[in-house]
Amino acid sequence: MPTVSMTVNGKAVSGEVESRTLLVQFIREHLELTGTHVGCDTSQCGACVVHVNGEVAKSCTMLAVQAEGANVTTIEGLANGDDLHPMQEAFRNNHGLQCGFCTPGMVMTAVDLANKNKNPSEQQIREGLEGNICRCTGYHNIVKSVAEGARNMGG
Amino acid sequence: MPDGATNTGIGASVKRVEDKRFLTGKGNYVDDINRPGQTYAYILRSPHAHAKINSIDTSAAKSASGVVAVFTGEDMQVGSIPCGWQVDSADGTPMREPGHPALAQGKVRYVGDQVAIVIADTLDQAKDAAEKINVDYTPLKAVVDLRDALADTTLVHDEIETNISYDWAIGDKAEVDAVFDGAAHVTKMDIVNNRLIPNAMEPRAAIGDFDRASGEYTLYTTTQNPHVIRLLMGAFVLSIPEHKLRVVAPDVGGGFGSKIFHYAEEAITTWAAGQIARPIKWTAERSESFITDAHGRDHLSHAELALDANGKFLGLRVETAANMGAYLSTFASAVPTYLHATLLAGVYTTPVIYCNIKAVFTNTVPVDAYRGAGRPEASYLLERLVDRAARETGLDQVDIRRRNFIPSDAFPYQTPVALAYDSGDYEATLSSALKLAEVDGFAARKAEAAGRGKKRGLGYSTYIEACGVAPSAVAGALGARAGLYESAEVRVHPTGSVTVFTGSHSHGQGHETTFAQLVSDQLGIPIENVDISHGDTGKVQFGMGTYGSRSLAVGGEAIVKATDKIISKAKKIAAHVLEASAEDIEFAGGNFTVAGTDRSMAFGEVALTAYVPHNFPHEELEPGLDETAFYDPANFTFPGGCHICEVEVDPDTGTVEVVSFTAVDDVGRVINPMIVEGQVHGGVAQGIGQALLEGCSYDEDGQLLTGSFMDYAMPRAHNLPSFKVATEETLCAHNSLGVKGCGEVGAIGSPPAVINAVVDALADMGVTDVAMPATPQTVWRAIQTAKS
Ligand code: FES
Ligand code: FES
Repeated sequence: MPTVSMTVNGKAVSGEVESRTLLVQFIREHLELTGTHVGCDTSQCGACVVHVNGEVAKSCTMLAVQAEGANVTTIEGLANGDDLHPMQEAFRNNHGLQCGFCTPGMVMTAVDLANKNKNPSEQQIREGLEGNICRCTGYHNIVKSVAEGARNMGG
Repeated sequence: MPDGATNTGIGASVKRVEDKRFLTGKGNYVDDINRPGQTYAYILRSPHAHAKINSIDTSAAKSASGVVAVFTGEDMQVGSIPCGWQVDSADGTPMREPGHPALAQGKVRYVGDQVAIVIADTLDQAKDAAEKINVDYTPLKAVVDLRDALADTTLVHDEIETNISYDWAIGDKAEVDAVFDGAAHVTKMDIVNNRLIPNAMEPRAAIGDFDRASGEYTLYTTTQNPHVIRLLMGAFVLSIPEHKLRVVAPDVGGGFGSKIFHYAEEAITTWAAGQIARPIKWTAERSESFITDAHGRDHLSHAELALDANGKFLGLRVETAANMGAYLSTFASAVPTYLHATLLAGVYTTPVIYCNIKAVFTNTVPVDAYRGAGRPEASYLLERLVDRAARETGLDQVDIRRRNFIPSDAFPYQTPVALAYDSGDYEATLSSALKLAEVDGFAARKAEAAGRGKKRGLGYSTYIEACGVAPSAVAGALGARAGLYESAEVRVHPTGSVTVFTGSHSHGQGHETTFAQLVSDQLGIPIENVDISHGDTGKVQFGMGTYGSRSLAVGGEAIVKATDKIISKAKKIAAHVLEASAEDIEFAGGNFTVAGTDRSMAFGEVALTAYVPHNFPHEELEPGLDETAFYDPANFTFPGGCHICEVEVDPDTGTVEVVSFTAVDDVGRVINPMIVEGQVHGGVAQGIGQALLEGCSYDEDGQLLTGSFMDYAMPRAHNLPSFKVATEETLCAHNSLGVKGCGEVGAIGSPPAVINAVVDALADMGVTDVAMPATPQTVWRAIQTAKS
């Protein structure tokens, strides 16, 4: 079985995986970081979104071995100790989550969106979230959260 | 703000207690749980909609690498999965309720039906081994379409000799027919309520565990009601007594009804864990969710509304065929009857109503409650019919509704279809919505859109729902096989912090916040000192769970009752210590004070006295401060309101854009406005999804064509606008909080508003109806048909 090594949330990790093991399985099962979720099997829902080398990636759509040597950030790596990341804080402040299942992927996507566009319009936010499904919120408060989070990230 | 409450009391938009764990990846969903020695299960499912199983050869799978066990229906001889509600036919015949095996017994009846479970050390090993199972099927003709099923030529269950489970009716048909004979105008419509797939974002999962030492089973499962699962699975399927079965529903990632029901996988993993004496984890893949989660809606109706010359409704008659799928799921039988037919008065004074429901088996996934459950079907039918009646009689859409509203001074109002509404003000929600939606400016906006080649339309829905499903005695008389109360335990700890155990279950609704607000408000203690515990039959005394917007109206009331008991006992303790009589003790702001004096004790001091009872009225009271209450409501609650949708249709492509959506709902007293708005947003999004995007589709052989997020259109952020949401408050007359429930209003009120808007946009092109989902193709075809 191949061995993979990568940096996850700033920590060097490695493990033996099958070549078919997905990055999300490696994160959830080997590293026991269960904040990254699996909501589909067709790369459609975005519950599994993490950052790989600073870019958003659907971790259900990547093999663990493809992340060899990469720098991975999951939802667990976003807050600074007890201090929430401004995007996490914005979701809390605007009731941008209900059941919480889509939330980790939604927040990781939102952080990337805000990194790339410091002051996104409602339309840009809605289009930027195209790859993430939420069944609970109707997106209304997620859109508000992302706008506020982007502002507070220093846009 | 009430006395003693901080900015966290009733009416405050308190930020949610649960958010921090979800935002930092510390949620604890079933698939996040791993038990020592855990194995993994893969469930082999039927690829056929209808087939006879001649034989199953599992030998190669059993000897495959890592495999612990393989079981089929032959191994698992247990009870049938029960339906929770018995509905009798109009002629008195009990509903036909064919056996519903957890693992198929000789026949499969839908694509996805469970055939075998493969248990291995890893999931990959279980999946690999499942490919080595050889099932010899003889495919049989499947019956998929409701109309075909009604013809009874192909039977889903041979033993009952028909596909009709029951043929039920409400109302006096002869009386209603007579009214129609004398009516000035009759509006008639065929109405389809499209079949939906709930798709909570967390796929279902179950972990069965068995403790050899105690003989106790534990099931971790994605359910909205753990005690109900314990009851159904323990008593009916596996014969495990309650004290030997614990059901845990930890964080659950959305339910919308689809996680109410007792599913086969729960029974299979629990039973098999006992067989192998190791924990077994099963998690659905999304493709599996599509073909095994109970679907929703799927009604075919013919409806007729009789009006007099002034546009007053004289009578309504409805014939509905409701798809049950292959088996009767937990709530399925109650949905088209008690949650649909009884709502057909809507907010109107229609004096006589007749409705006939045929519940029909087909070779499809079982159909059961999905957000709104029966009530969206009723509101869609009625509000489409009213919209059409207005167009046919030349009345204005607002005017026809106003002419027929139950007036605000007519409550309590007895409808002709069993329900007695306790409170409401339909004019208030309507006029507030008219303002918020800026209806006055619509004509100008329509003209402006026309200039761009777009057709703009405005659609209304004034709806009602019944929730907080209600008195156990009434429900029992109507065939419910369980009670419909809720329970709560309020446990005050020695230092004055409080744990509340509730039988309600939160899977997005934010009970940990709303219920804590309630208790903090009542006891006058900081919200941080209150913890809400739910979802574990090993901790919570009992509960009926969360569905039908019942948590606050029923579960919240139970908490209030238990807290009242705490206060009454605490007063006696304080009276003893303060050497006064209990009647003279006043409780406010977290302090027990002797009336007219400054002698008082803080809540925490009383709690400590209860647990360190050195100076305590032992002759009168037991030590401790811990109270349980059960609350059985006196009636349903009746939220209602007005939704207004504005759309723009591109007549060349049929594309519909929702440009504005306004919802003004009366959900009774609002405890946390932020959470209520969030619930409305989510419900409206699901309603717009039903109206414009979502449609479950099977081919004639019973293969699901919409089996993934690529084929089944879930609403995404760019499909929806931001919503205009407000509330108008009339209090529920029969609970102390005055609350009605808000979880379903959005999904119930919105679909007819959207379709009425699309029809309005295209009315001048001759379009009179557009089916849901109003996809560009459907709309374009409706335009072409109208043209030709
Ligand atoms: S799990 Fe759905 S996109 Fe990755
Ligand atoms: S919060 Fe539940 S799916 Fe988004």
